Amino acid sequence: MSFKPRMGTFRNTSVAAVMAGATLAAPMAFAQDDETTTLTAVMHSGLRVLDPIITTAHITRDHGYMIYDVLTAVDENFEPQPQMASWEVSDDDLTYTFTLRDGLMFHDGSPVTAEDVVASLERWGQIDSGGQLIFDRTESLEATDEKTVTWTLSEPFPPLLTVISKQSAVPPFIMPASVAATSPDETITEYIGSGPFVFEEDEYEPGVSVTYSKFEDYVPRDEPASWMAGGKVVNVDEVVWTTMPDAVTAVNALSNGEVDYIEQVQIDLLPILENAPDVVVETRDDLGYVAIGRPNFLYPPFDNKELRQAALTALDQENMLATMQGNPDYYNVCGAIFGCATPLADESGSDPVTSDDEGPEQARAMLEEAGYDGTPIVLMAPTDVISLVNQPVVAAQALREAGFEVELQSMDWQSLVQRRAQQSPVSEGGWNLFFTNWMVPEVSDPLINVMLNGRGDDAWFGWPTDPELEEMREEFIAAEDEAARKEVAVRIQEHVMDNVNYMHMGEYLIPQARSTAIEGMLPSPVPVFWNLTKGE
Amino acid sequence: MLSYILKRVLATVPVMIIVAVFVFLLLRLTPGDPAAILAGDAATPAQLERIRDRLGLNDPLHIQFFTWVFQMLKGDLGTSLISNTDVGGMIVSRLGPTINIALMTIVISVALAVPMGVIAAWRHRTWVDFAVMSFSVLGFSIPVFVIGYIFIQIFAIELRWFPVQGYTAPSAGLWDFFSQAILPSLTLATIYVALIARMTRASMLEVLGEDYIRTARAKGVRENVVLFRHALRNAAVPILTIIGTGFALLISGVVVTESVFNIPGIGRLTVDAILARDYPVIQAMILLTAGIYVLVNLIIDVSYSFFDPRIRY
Repeated sequence: MSFKPRMGTFRNTSVAAVMAGATLAAPMAFAQDDETTTLTAVMHSGLRVLDPIITTAHITRDHGYMIYDVLTAVDENFEPQPQMASWEVSDDDLTYTFTLRDGLMFHDGSPVTAEDVVASLERWGQIDSGGQLIFDRTESLEATDEKTVTWTLSEPFPPLLTVISKQSAVPPFIMPASVAATSPDETITEYIGSGPFVFEEDEYEPGVSVTYSKFEDYVPRDEPASWMAGGKVVNVDEVVWTTMPDAVTAVNALSNGEVDYIEQVQIDLLPILENAPDVVVETRDDLGYVAIGRPNFLYPPFDNKELRQAALTALDQENMLATMQGNPDYYNVCGAIFGCATPLADESGSDPVTSDDEGPEQARAMLEEAGYDGTPIVLMAPTDVISLVNQPVVAAQALREAGFEVELQSMDWQSLVQRRAQQSPVSEGGWNLFFTNWMVPEVSDPLINVMLNGRGDDAWFGWPTDPELEEMREEFIAAEDEAARKEVAVRIQEHVMDNVNYMHMGEYLIPQARSTAIEGMLPSPVPVFWNLTKGE
Repeated sequence: MLSYILKRVLATVPVMIIVAVFVFLLLRLTPGDPAAILAGDAATPAQLERIRDRLGLNDPLHIQFFTWVFQMLKGDLGTSLISNTDVGGMIVSRLGPTINIALMTIVISVALAVPMGVIAAWRHRTWVDFAVMSFSVLGFSIPVFVIGYIFIQIFAIELRWFPVQGYTAPSAGLWDFFSQAILPSLTLATIYVALIARMTRASMLEVLGEDYIRTARAKGVRENVVLFRHALRNAAVPILTIIGTGFALLISGVVVTESVFNIPGIGRLTVDAILARDYPVIQAMILLTAGIYVLVNLIIDVSYSFFDPRIRY
């Protein structure tokens, strides 16, 4: 983007003269093609990892949707829809036949074949927890001809289409077979997709900026775009993602017309943008995020269910969310662990954390009844991730008011990430509680939500051994229709609130801001750059 | 002189070895796991373990150290654990913005601060001296990000003379480069003007009391010649030292200014690498910084003899 000063010019200074001298050796300016429509977006984080299968980082997933395409995708009704392929399911629910649509092509000009799809799904299935569930039941996955993939199961797995259509952590992006042959423990080194944008490798600066150009040969579907499904029609020539470490700078840059879009705006900076002409502040994603606290099930006090219940009762979503967000327009007290606006939403059993009536008193009584012996809770508090700074502080205060001994230990996120993997007792470097956040689509289903794994050492950090939950997850897999799945989901909701597998601290929204020149931006949990237009 | 320079260059070898060992060990003793950054929040412990194996992070420390040292001896700074890109290339692409902003800052600072310091000393205990010293105290005291925001508010948002942020290489357009680099350079220069002006004033005050200055004035030499030829040249050694050290500081990273003005420089690269525990990048950056300090100090020492012929090596 070239900046043109509005008033006068800055000339004839000694500094300019010296700088001109200092840079004389450099070749002179290139001419920018004025016809090129470039959209400059400030993303929530810098892109550093380019393999969307090996990592669950959101920015890499977003990059994945730019350059890759997916076999099937969920629409705004959470329904799987054909994207690269349509499908047929055999009467016994054991064979899924996917047929690739016409016109699919990788960015290097080679056609997308069924072999590429098989290789991509196999690599994804070795990493993704949902994928592993399918491959545990897979008899064969093969390319039966150039355009047909046949997936044969050993037992029915009704949520197969939902799992392969998921939009986050981790969608099965389709890559060339040669790239998908990379070990799942190594990052890929070639970035060729068949998606609507081409990754410009020469212009990529890790953590700073990344440029995507329109893939001229991409053939969009005919249906209207809806979340990750439907026609991905690209109306701009280039999209540049840039990272701005200072949130105020990003806001100033948008107000000044230097960038077109900010993916996430801090709530306290909204007044600056709300007064700026030519800027729209809005919520792109109504599902939002959830805040959660995860106890360590291996050691006291949280190896005791009654003490976990007391802790949950001591906490209060309203206090937590108000401290995090400040503005009530951007948070939602809601006890549904699968998200309040999702098909599996249910608030059963969530009173302890959603109702603030007598919380601390009740928690104190529960502590006494459980015979709490004063074992301190080591609560890890990250200091360098702005969205995670407040939760531990609010929680520590609430837990202390209820009578818990709390040791709030401040550390950077990296130290927390390493320490939460320690299964040792607290006295040997372990921990009792930490807080983190998820996007709602990442927790919206018992197969996707990693905190609902109850397999002890193989579970997510905190390591609950919860055979009852595992059984219910199996029931969820076996459920044949939506009503049956919902019924199991409600039981899981009740179980999680009772057993306190984690502390669900409510939902919050993060607004985005864009220039009024950008029109047609789609509502979606993942920021997408197709269908929009950029005017003057 | 040549043998002196050679000796100084050779003396850097043990310094760099000590820095390398120290940095390597310090990083390995700091908590953190690059595999966790790479794989993201939902990765299972087993997946993290496999990635650590692949990255060589589970190898014994001495194997990791010697692998790195042999790579370095071959001129290979390694590959970023996170972005899987060449560390040398990453540093080169980030050095340009940092060096250009540092040069511009130093040029502005010297151009303003030396005359200010000379005049303050010349007009000692007058309002001019008072004004220069007051500016110096302010320049030191106001945090650099506050100065940056004030400049952005005035020159970018209100007057719209310059953009708020960004960096364009001079090769991609001289005006774009200048318009984007001027505000961060002025921001950084505020501190350096304060520092260099104070040092110049103190050094000049000492020299202006010397007998040869009185003699020069008694001989009827013009006052500007007395000040800038006789006095300033003799007062130059401490001023040069402060300019050199300041330049090294600017090169080794000014992360706050780089963040406020969104400049993709060395400072941000270092901080990002530290937060992600990207060991090869951090190690290379710290060695580079040590090397820059050694080199800048050598240049300062050698330049002393140019300004003060009494200094010989």
